[in-house]
Amino acid sequence: MRALISLVLGFWRTLSRPAVHLSFGFLTLGGFLAGVVFWGGFNTALEATNTETFCVSCHEMRDNVFAELKTTVHFSNASGVRASCPDCHVPHEWTHKIARKMQASKEVWGTLFGTINTRDKFVAERLRLAKHEWHRLKSNDSLECRNCHSAESMDFTQQGPRAAEAHQGFLVSGEKTCIDCHKGIAHQLPDMAGVEGW
Amino acid sequence: MKKSVLAVLALLFAVAPLQAQDVPHSIAGLRGEATLGGDTMPPPIARTEDSASRRVRNYPEQPPTIPHEIDGYQVTRNANKCLSCHARARTQESGAPMVSITHFMDRDGQFLAAISPRRYFCNQCHVTQQRIDPAVANGFVDIDSLLAAERDKE
Ligand code: HEC
Ligand code: HEC
Ligand code: HEC
Ligand code: HEC
Ligand code: HEC
Repeated sequence: MRALISLVLGFWRTLSRPAVHLSFGFLTLGGFLAGVVFWGGFNTALEATNTETFCVSCHEMRDNVFAELKTTVHFSNASGVRASCPDCHVPHEWTHKIARKMQASKEVWGTLFGTINTRDKFVAERLRLAKHEWHRLKSNDSLECRNCHSAESMDFTQQGPRAAEAHQGFLVSGEKTCIDCHKGIAHQLPDMAGVEGW
Repeated sequence: MKKSVLAVLALLFAVAPLQAQDVPHSIAGLRGEATLGGDTMPPPIARTEDSASRRVRNYPEQPPTIPHEIDGYQVTRNANKCLSCHARARTQESGAPMVSITHFMDRDGQFLAAISPRRYFCNQCHVTQQRIDPAVANGFVDIDSLLAAERDKE
């Protein structure tokens, strides 16, 4: 133990000693460049994992939720606008994004250990997974939905009567948020017994 | 015996091509004027009506038609989107009519606490409507009109 402490201390002394042979300019510039490279690499990695192609490279996602998404309005519709996995599942804002990504590292373990590597296992876990997403969207007031849809831009006269009534009555007043009423718009639902509103 | 079978067969072969020629394409069915192998141009898919008004039923036992769109509504073992609006406890918020009491009855006429399994899959009986020219005309006359006609005769 003592040997370890002295080793660490010795290491720190070397680190904290001013550089003798390298110029101040080199160090600043070098540090800056290294920073750029690391930061860039970090964000590139972040971007690369932030695509639908990455999400569906896991068969758990491709065979279950992606296959289901293909039948919905968010995959093909009159406007030709597509919602991809990260559009709904990854926050745009940086801090939120990092928080979600750290959570997602846990999911990598899930893949390695095969937590949901068959349809049956996936279906058995589905309620738990769905509840995470409902909770997230409920607590951020359906932020990801609102990146594309906005209550302010909705023309109620163009909507169906049930939609116009529900949106005017509950959405505009802030009483409810998108996910309260629109569960299961992108994937098949888990057993909804006991879920509020079902 | 054998001979007569052969004779019938021979007759059939002789007549079959004749028949095909005799009836050219006068029996164009719902798919329009096209040879059997050919493709027809299907009419465009009509929009489902999405209105606020419930439709008149033609007779009291008729399952009312659905006045609204139901695209993407999941009715599975896990979830029933219809009941999220039409269930007893959901009607205040949704403004939808409650499924009637018959939907709680089993086949012995016993009332169950929740929707009866035989009424779970709503689209077995309830369907949406589109405004199109019917391919086959419908001459249905409802009972009120029949009775009125009777009364007029007297
Ligand atoms: C990438 C943008 C995008 C995101 C994110 C998004 N949507 Fe959509 N949404 C669309 C588009 C595009 C349509 C189809 C519009 C049309 O009908 O042409 C649509 C349609 C819908 C519809 C109408 C369904 C129908 O059958 O007509 C609902 C409801 C809906 N979205 C809810 C949501 C909810 C809830 C979320 C958040 C979980 C969400 N959307 C996130 C783009 C998005
Ligand atoms: C109080 C419940 C409620 C809330 C909250 C709500 N909706 Fe809806 N929405 C409905 C109902 C009911 C309909 C019509 C029936 C349907 O499509 O299922 C509808 C329909 C829609 C449609 C299709 C409109 C049409 O007529 O084609 C879109 C798009 C939509 N909602 C998006 C959203 C978004 C985005 C939010 C959040 C900003 C939201 N809704 C919040 C109840 C709600
Ligand atoms: C339009 C928004 C939207 C898109 C696009 C979308 N999802 Fe989802 N996803 C949701 C919502 C909302 C839930 C919460 C459960 C529910 O309501 O169905 C969810 C739930 C999930 C779940 C939890 C299990 C479950 O089914 O409930 C997984 C896993 C998932 N999504 C993965 C994906 C993947 C992978 C993609 C891309 C192929 C994707 N999602 C695209 C909105 C979306
Ligand atoms: C978002 C809530 C909502 C959902 C989901 C919904 N409905 Fe409705 N439904 C309504 C409302 C509201 C009305 C009444 C329209 C009116 O009176 O103006 C209605 C009317 C009806 C009627 C007509 C009743 C009558 O007496 O004429 C039928 C039948 C019906 N719905 C069946 C269904 C079926 C089947 C489903 C599922 C596939 C379904 N509904 C899903 C809200 C909903
Ligand atoms: C076996 C056929 C059948 C099935 C399945 C069925 N219904 Fe009905 N429904 C009827 C008939 C018949 C009527 C009209 C007579 C009556 O009320 O029983 C009716 C009436 C209704 C009405 C009008 C009630 C009123 O008082 O105005 C609604 C709403 C309705 N059904 C909704 C549903 C929903 C939602 C489901 C699925 C959960 C469903 N039905 C399943 C046959 C069916």
